[in-house]
Amino acid sequence: MSVNVRIPTILRTYTGGSAEVSAEGATLAEVIKDLESNHAGISARLLDDNGKLRRFVNIYVNEDDVRFAEGLETATPDGAGVSIIPAVAGGC
Amino acid sequence: MAPVSQSVAPDAFGPAVALSCRECGARTPLAPNFACAECFGPLEVAYELPAGDPEGLRKQIENGPNNIWRYAPLLPVSPDVAERPSLNPGLTKLVKADNLARELGVTGSLYVKDDSGNPTHSFKDRVVAIAVEAARTFGFTTLSCSSTGNLAGAVTAAAARTGLRACVFIPHDLEAGKVVMAAIYGGDVVGIEGNYDDVNRFCSELIGDPSGEGWGFVNVNLRPYYGEGSKTLAYEICEQLGWRLPDQLVIPIASGSQLTKIDKGLKELIALGLVEDKPYRIFGAQAEGCSPVSAAYKAGHDVVRPQKPNTIAKSLAIGNPADGVYVLDIVRRTGGAVEDVTDEQVVDAIRLLARTEGIFAETAGGVTVGVLRKLIESGQLDPAAETVVLNTGDGLKTLEAVADAARPTAVIRPTLDSFREAGLA
Repeated sequence: MSVNVRIPTILRTYTGGSAEVSAEGATLAEVIKDLESNHAGISARLLDDNGKLRRFVNIYVNEDDVRFAEGLETATPDGAGVSIIPAVAGGC
Repeated sequence: MAPVSQSVAPDAFGPAVALSCRECGARTPLAPNFACAECFGPLEVAYELPAGDPEGLRKQIENGPNNIWRYAPLLPVSPDVAERPSLNPGLTKLVKADNLARELGVTGSLYVKDDSGNPTHSFKDRVVAIAVEAARTFGFTTLSCSSTGNLAGAVTAAAARTGLRACVFIPHDLEAGKVVMAAIYGGDVVGIEGNYDDVNRFCSELIGDPSGEGWGFVNVNLRPYYGEGSKTLAYEICEQLGWRLPDQLVIPIASGSQLTKIDKGLKELIALGLVEDKPYRIFGAQAEGCSPVSAAYKAGHDVVRPQKPNTIAKSLAIGNPADGVYVLDIVRRTGGAVEDVTDEQVVDAIRLLARTEGIFAETAGGVTVGVLRKLIESGQLDPAAETVVLNTGDGLKTLEAVADAARPTAVIRPTLDSFREAGLA
């Protein structure tokens, strides 16, 4: 299953400057594994040493924050959009 | 994102020397960046502050302008910042709230730091003023933000004063007063069909897109600079107390940025010798309908689980608070707490503050005063100590929240008989 992944500016060094790349996988974990195989180093930016999503990384599958869904086990249906966003914006 | 203007004057950021990651400590040059390239952690401004002559620094501040620029030696701004166009926010009133203290059973001194007195009637003018300086230094031509309302107005007004274009993004269902406040200053106000977290996500994506090129988002790519504006609340409170630290502070939490920067400001004043070092306790206040930090505090967690907001305190309705984990660190370090109140308690607290002190707070002020009351009742906050509670915005912006609770006592014919019949004589 192929999904479209939006890459934030600070990770584009891993994607040769591309803002969007495609990846394969039925779950977010599989998508990240596939991203790593094509863009070595990117996984360590998203996951900590225990393989968990870093606390300042937000990932959305289509419209949904994966922390409200199944985290790394969130399903990524064919054609889904995956957005990776640093979690440091905000109000007061 | 690369800065639009590559050449930055050496003193453009005053005492600021770098951006440093709060998580891993990695340092990067002062630039419009907000996330650490190593670990995604938030970047904040690192300084070489003017140490060694506290008396001289105190005099310099006291002789400075009657706004936040008196603290320019402690902010990431050029030394001549006060000479440029700005809304010049700050030096709002620190009101000694004796009537409120009596009502709540506070025997120590109680103060309200009333930031509704800023140019656009919320504390946001402080943070935007710093962000505008950074935007100009980096050569941005459009000023933008994701906002729960107050920030949008602060940005469009500051853009008007400084001659920048404004384009701001808000949830589509905000209070009418905040929408009007944002739109009246010109520029583009865009309602997004979603909640604040959706707006925030949209802005984060716009920054990485060519259509966001040359845009300074005050609370995203200019966030490290913007956040520093909240330090001025700490400076002012201490200066207004006669260069003393208060014992306890009650501060609202949305993203948690304001609370963490007030703590940073207090620590700087201690380190510089501008106030005598002593323990202080920081308490965080949330609305129950959006209380991810309070929930984490009460559960003993050191991570914050996001929530979907549902509260009348829309200016605090951030379900995924970026600085929530740092708030937990600070309240635990200082011996404070995080507490939350229901919407009904928020309305009661707005009325209480208005009735006792003549201060009409917006819903965020109802949250802090409501939490203050709850903390006293539960014994978590010491009523005999000196306490400062923040009101960060003006009640006129959130009239809907209290409209049903604040009605005319009676409607009568214009006759004395009618007045007497109504029992008002």
